[in-house]
Amino acid sequence: MRDVVITGVGLVSSAGEGLDAHLTALADGAPYTDAATFEPFPVHPAAPLEWDRQIPKKSDQRQMEPWQKLGCYAAGLALDAAGAKDDAALKGRMQLIVSAGGGERDYAVDGQILTGLRQANNPGVFLNERLMGDLRPTLFLAQLSNLLAGNISIVHGVTGASRTFMGEESSGVDALRIARERIASGQDDIFLVGGSYNAERPDVLLIYEMGGFLWKKPYAPVWERPAQGGGMILGSGGCFLVLESREHAAARGVTPLAAIAGVASDRSRRKPGSVEGALHALTKQLGAKPDVVLSGATGIKGITDEEQAALRDIAPGAALHATGDLVGHTMEAQAPIGVALAAGLIARGGPSEALVTSIGHWRGEGAIRLTKA
Amino acid sequence: MALRDKQGRPLVAVTGMGVVTSLGQGKDDTWAALTAGRSGIHRIERFPTDGLRTTIAGTIDSVDVEPFCAPMLSERLAMLAAEEAVGQSGLNQEDFPGALFIAVPPVEMEWPQREALAKASGQDGDVTYKDLLKAAASGEFKPWHDLFIFGTVADRVADRFGTRGSPISLSTACSSGATAIQLGVEAIRRGETDAALCIGTDGSVNPESLVRFSLLSALSTQNENPEGASKPFSKNRDGFVMGEGGAALVLEDAEKARARGARILGYVLGCGEKGDGFHRTRSSPDGMPAITAIREALTDAGLAPDDIDYVNAHGTSTPENDKMEAMSCTAVFGERMASVPISSNKSMIGHTLTAAGAVEAVMSLMTIATGRIPPTINYQVPDPAIPLDVVPNVARDAEVRYVLSNSFGFGGQNTCLVFGAEPKGA
Repeated sequence: MRDVVITGVGLVSSAGEGLDAHLTALADGAPYTDAATFEPFPVHPAAPLEWDRQIPKKSDQRQMEPWQKLGCYAAGLALDAAGAKDDAALKGRMQLIVSAGGGERDYAVDGQILTGLRQANNPGVFLNERLMGDLRPTLFLAQLSNLLAGNISIVHGVTGASRTFMGEESSGVDALRIARERIASGQDDIFLVGGSYNAERPDVLLIYEMGGFLWKKPYAPVWERPAQGGGMILGSGGCFLVLESREHAAARGVTPLAAIAGVASDRSRRKPGSVEGALHALTKQLGAKPDVVLSGATGIKGITDEEQAALRDIAPGAALHATGDLVGHTMEAQAPIGVALAAGLIARGGPSEALVTSIGHWRGEGAIRLTKA
Repeated sequence: MALRDKQGRPLVAVTGMGVVTSLGQGKDDTWAALTAGRSGIHRIERFPTDGLRTTIAGTIDSVDVEPFCAPMLSERLAMLAAEEAVGQSGLNQEDFPGALFIAVPPVEMEWPQREALAKASGQDGDVTYKDLLKAAASGEFKPWHDLFIFGTVADRVADRFGTRGSPISLSTACSSGATAIQLGVEAIRRGETDAALCIGTDGSVNPESLVRFSLLSALSTQNENPEGASKPFSKNRDGFVMGEGGAALVLEDAEKARARGARILGYVLGCGEKGDGFHRTRSSPDGMPAITAIREALTDAGLAPDDIDYVNAHGTSTPENDKMEAMSCTAVFGERMASVPISSNKSMIGHTLTAAGAVEAVMSLMTIATGRIPPTINYQVPDPAIPLDVVPNVARDAEVRYVLSNSFGFGGQNTCLVFGAEPKGA
């Protein structure tokens, strides 16, 4: 089996743009949340970006909604960081795995339709007419899950082949797991892997509010929320990583930030204690002995406490960061962001081994072990 | 025979298959209708179609779910197909010894749910998402969180069959079903699992989905004669017809399957894929990505173009796809392509979107097993630009050892699979 290393990181979130900005904020930054726009739901909003820097064509920008632009932008940063941006042949054989949900809706149209439906003599016919008349034809392409990958292929020329994984937090872990396995086994040499999330959307807030998962008070740190009822604060952001075999990186003359020593994930029908048990099992499977833990904890009552308890046993001496405190909960992008930060810390010569956790807000447990490259 | 391929990887056997389409429940019903040249396309009765440009589809109306919505129907279709497939394989139906790879349609809350939230909000003026959010806070709608997140269908299927590990939900648009199979093949070849349950499912014919495709001018509008609307490779083709379906395949390391005495239905010999960065909905004009995907699949299978006896086409019946597909096949197979049978199941079941690659994989393996090639129906007006043997209108008997199945999708997705009765040289 071949070693798999990270050679490029692209990261955008409420904490800014780029790995350095994030590592600085991780060390001493104050979390940035917007409590007003979606009151009573705080969100970690995306920092303003100059889209032109990574998505040069306005025509491409117009075809994308924010979740895709965030992802496309982060993908461009990762390609730059890995020294791959200008190598068309390399990008032509680079594989792509994206973890994604779906895209934005037209909120005004939805509201108008709901208002009109109430009075409509024939609601079915009214709905048809309004959808045919009011939906922007290309909006569909901004909604389709696999069109983040499609846009990355178009904008950045990454055209080996793409696969899009769905399934909330788990999809981010499994995207990394499958990419790593394909490189380790020799099937492929180089991947772009990651995801993005736009939290500044009423439709996603709606889904998680229906489930009762959202934090509705002013910002409080992830680990402190369970004692006050628990809840997650969604965050906007995007993260892509360039993964390749050690040999492939060496042949290209690029210096890896860190190695991905293992990715483990599982699911179960959750009951009290199952998250704690899963974390023990996954970290044992990975042989994890971390100096630092980048936790993707949500702040939701029960599962967050269980994670904290498990981590006390697994990594009693390790520094512990909740990535949710830095960027919010970015759902499909949370695991890639944890890995990016872990790789950055290792590359700066701090810890020699890091553990990234991903306990899904509703299902799915994952862990990733990073070591010095 | 060797149970490893020429590259030393485990051979991947198919030991169970299940399918449900608008033509019938179960692979035998679907196959009988498909080889009889019968169409499953009909007028939509599920919702009013007034005001729509397209009023026909291959919906599956025989399956009841509550609440009726795309994730519930997609889940049910996946379950039905998987029950048939796992049942046929003889593997444990509640403790499946392998991983789950499932292609599911991207889901989101639908109009009946939005309306219910709007009503519950008590807002009698202009409704906004603020009102829906207010209604959501009641906790009354909690089950809809689970229903409308992306991982739920996979989670429920994983729970029902006891598959191992984290299930992969995936989308590669209209090639998703093929990608699910490809992921299973790769996991077995890497030795991560001895078995994989690979599923494609799609039950998403609802007003908004239909309108979205309609606004992209992707759908046939020849509503007068629903059975005749899907006309792949015909000169008068004018778009695809949405269909619903579910298909499941049990893949196994051939050596393990043989050792437990399983009946091997065929092999997935090769997978090929290639991205396309040309355009969001259109293929590269030179056909390079599709051509590469086909060639990669053949190479992966250890076959030469001349070995392929039949092509199960993507064949959507859109002007663009069918032209591009014909051109790409001709580029790979050369002059011989004029006499290689190529037919489109979509002429009868419509485009089952996320499920299509898996449904068509099952039909490809049925073609091999029965020596009967399903036709392309509604082929009355040949397109001079596509001078191919599309097996027009009537099924044909032929010895078929190796099949190429094509799947292409929005977002530059091109995935091709090669199936065989036996590996070459066995």
